[in-house]
Amino acid sequence: MSNLLEVNQVSKNFGDFKALNNVSISVPKGSIFGLLGPNGAGKTTLIRIINQITMPDSGTVILDGESLNAHHIKDIGYLPEERGLYKTMKVGEQALYLAQLKGLSKAEAKERLKYWFERLEIGDWWNKKIQELSKGMAQKIQFVVTVLHQPKLLIFDEPFSGFDPINANLIKDEILRLREDGATVIFSTHRMESVEELCDDIALIHKSNKILDGKLVDIKRQYKINTFEVGIHAANNEALKAELSQKFDVSLANFRTLEDDLKLNIKLSNGDKPNDLLHFLASKGDVSHFVELIPSVNDIFIQTVKNSK
Amino acid sequence: MNHLPLIIKREYLTKVKNKSFIVMTILSPIIMIALISLVAYLSQLNNDKVRTITVLDESGLASDVFESTDKTIYNVLENMSLHDAKILTKEISSVGLLHIDKVENIDSISNHIKFYSEESPSLSLISDLESKLEKKLTNAKLLENGVDVDMINASRVRVNIAQESYAGEKSSKIDSVVKLIFGGLAGYLLFMFIIIYGNMIMRSVIEEKTSRIIEVIISSVKPIQLMLGKIIGTSLAGITQFVIWIIIGGILMGIVSVIFGIDVQTPQQDMMQQAMSNPELNMELQNAFTAFYNLPLLNLVIAFILFFIGGYLLYSSFYAAIGAAVDNETDTQQFMLPIIMPLILAVYIGIFTVIEDPHGTVSTVFSFIPLTSPVVMLMRIPFGVPLWQQLVSLLLLVMSFMFTVWFAAKIYRVGILMYGKKPTYKEIIKWIRY
Repeated sequence: MSNLLEVNQVSKNFGDFKALNNVSISVPKGSIFGLLGPNGAGKTTLIRIINQITMPDSGTVILDGESLNAHHIKDIGYLPEERGLYKTMKVGEQALYLAQLKGLSKAEAKERLKYWFERLEIGDWWNKKIQELSKGMAQKIQFVVTVLHQPKLLIFDEPFSGFDPINANLIKDEILRLREDGATVIFSTHRMESVEELCDDIALIHKSNKILDGKLVDIKRQYKINTFEVGIHAANNEALKAELSQKFDVSLANFRTLEDDLKLNIKLSNGDKPNDLLHFLASKGDVSHFVELIPSVNDIFIQTVKNSK
Repeated sequence: MNHLPLIIKREYLTKVKNKSFIVMTILSPIIMIALISLVAYLSQLNNDKVRTITVLDESGLASDVFESTDKTIYNVLENMSLHDAKILTKEISSVGLLHIDKVENIDSISNHIKFYSEESPSLSLISDLESKLEKKLTNAKLLENGVDVDMINASRVRVNIAQESYAGEKSSKIDSVVKLIFGGLAGYLLFMFIIIYGNMIMRSVIEEKTSRIIEVIISSVKPIQLMLGKIIGTSLAGITQFVIWIIIGGILMGIVSVIFGIDVQTPQQDMMQQAMSNPELNMELQNAFTAFYNLPLLNLVIAFILFFIGGYLLYSSFYAAIGAAVDNETDTQQFMLPIIMPLILAVYIGIFTVIEDPHGTVSTVFSFIPLTSPVVMLMRIPFGVPLWQQLVSLLLLVMSFMFTVWFAAKIYRVGILMYGKKPTYKEIIKWIRY
């Protein structure tokens, strides 16, 4: 699978402040790409460079095999973190205007807007002014405006902020559907659970530098801690715990079981195989729970950022 | 992709459809006309009031000066003490009492004239009385010294210097007044236009920042396109408003003068009647008309359009940049001063220096400096400015407005994405290098 977007060695300075330092990322076609990083890391600057809002000091950006240029504006849909709409303009007029700025003809824009407004059940808002709508309602319109021109690349900066859980879910489903239809999505967010759920690839930016990137599964494998969460019902729980403590690195775990089970986190050392542990446990009692602990993106995020300091 | 027409259209329509804009457009001329009518009506009232002045002339020198007119009645008292005269004056609610004491001779009379009144009288009343007395007493004095007053009057010579340029254009004093009015009107119009619609542009930029739509927009269009679209769209809305003002104002003026015809027109009609009856004034009125036709009208109109556009673009790009630099309108104050200063300077130079000497060093220099040139040059042109001067000034203006648009676009580009803090001048200068 080829890459839709390639950012090569991009640097950007604002006066004496280095906002991006030789950052490179590759976004595979049809993927959902998570752009992560603490506040002020440089994510927004990178996104603005991709949107041609700011120009990089050095480095190149390739979109769909071509160096970034003016006609790419219609290939990108961007939902900025700092977003809003003209408060006193009517919803329909406004959406038409923004769609025309993205190069759609008026008739085409109208047709597609009707489709989307029906889909999201907001058809009767056409003649309302934005200031009469709630924040969540305005966000829906903003979302429609972002995707209306069917861009190849969608960039969402904190897309779920301002949505209630029901609408957030609705939008999430729409994003997944857009990906099915062939769009590539870049996600910039602090909400790690949505990254976990949606992203195929991630890049982590910290203090203007990219400190981690790759496929999410690969990264998780890389950060694996060889620890298993175990629940077992033995004849003598205390004796079993003492026996296990001699062989492995053991700590008490906290989860719910139906019986009065022994609950432990067991860390294997490098040579040990999970199967051996399972065999050993099975010989001692009834195993009710055996799960490998996979580091969450949140853990990886915090750990990597801490390590880089 | 060129989105400029689309942006201009949106800016124009949003402005024009805005309720307060519509209300202002319709109400302003109505209020203006209403105010003018009110003032005209009130001054009429004031004029209609008849005032009574009591005069007690104990010297017997000046009693015959005071002839009552429609508006002023002189109540000349005789054989009465000053005390009684005062009481009488109060009783008949006269404006005041003019008292001329008994004197030995005319020389000492000026120390013996007094005006008694409840409230201090108006300046015009006093000077009117003074001139009446002066004339009378001077004549009396001349007579006393054996001078024939009729002979003096007969010997008086009036001089009115006719002016003519080398090219043979005739002009007169009234000419300068007409030129001044036209120049002043053009300059002042530009000044007002810049302040009103410059502010409108600024507000519209700030609105885009506070509503946070700006980043959505500039991911589709170049900031400079957005800025130019805003400036042009708002200007078109401004011109629309001006034209409607003139039309409504003209119609209302017509209606008002038909209904209250005499009320509003009185001063002009009086002048006309006076002019008809007075050959000298009639001449001057004719001069005024010739002066108007002698104005370099074509030059004036073309120069007005060009300098108006140039000056307006120059200043409005500054307004746009300020709007981009700040988050809300209250923060604009510190940046407004450097814009308003040259504008006010231009108007003052226009009013004081151009009248004094339209081709003097000060007016000439300031009609070249781009920030003041639109206003000052527009005021100078009626007095005849050599074509090369106009062209050089215009060229400088165009060059500097291209520079300021570029400069403002730089500030604009960075400023619109800066939220939450009020920048200093130093920071703004830094943005230009981003």
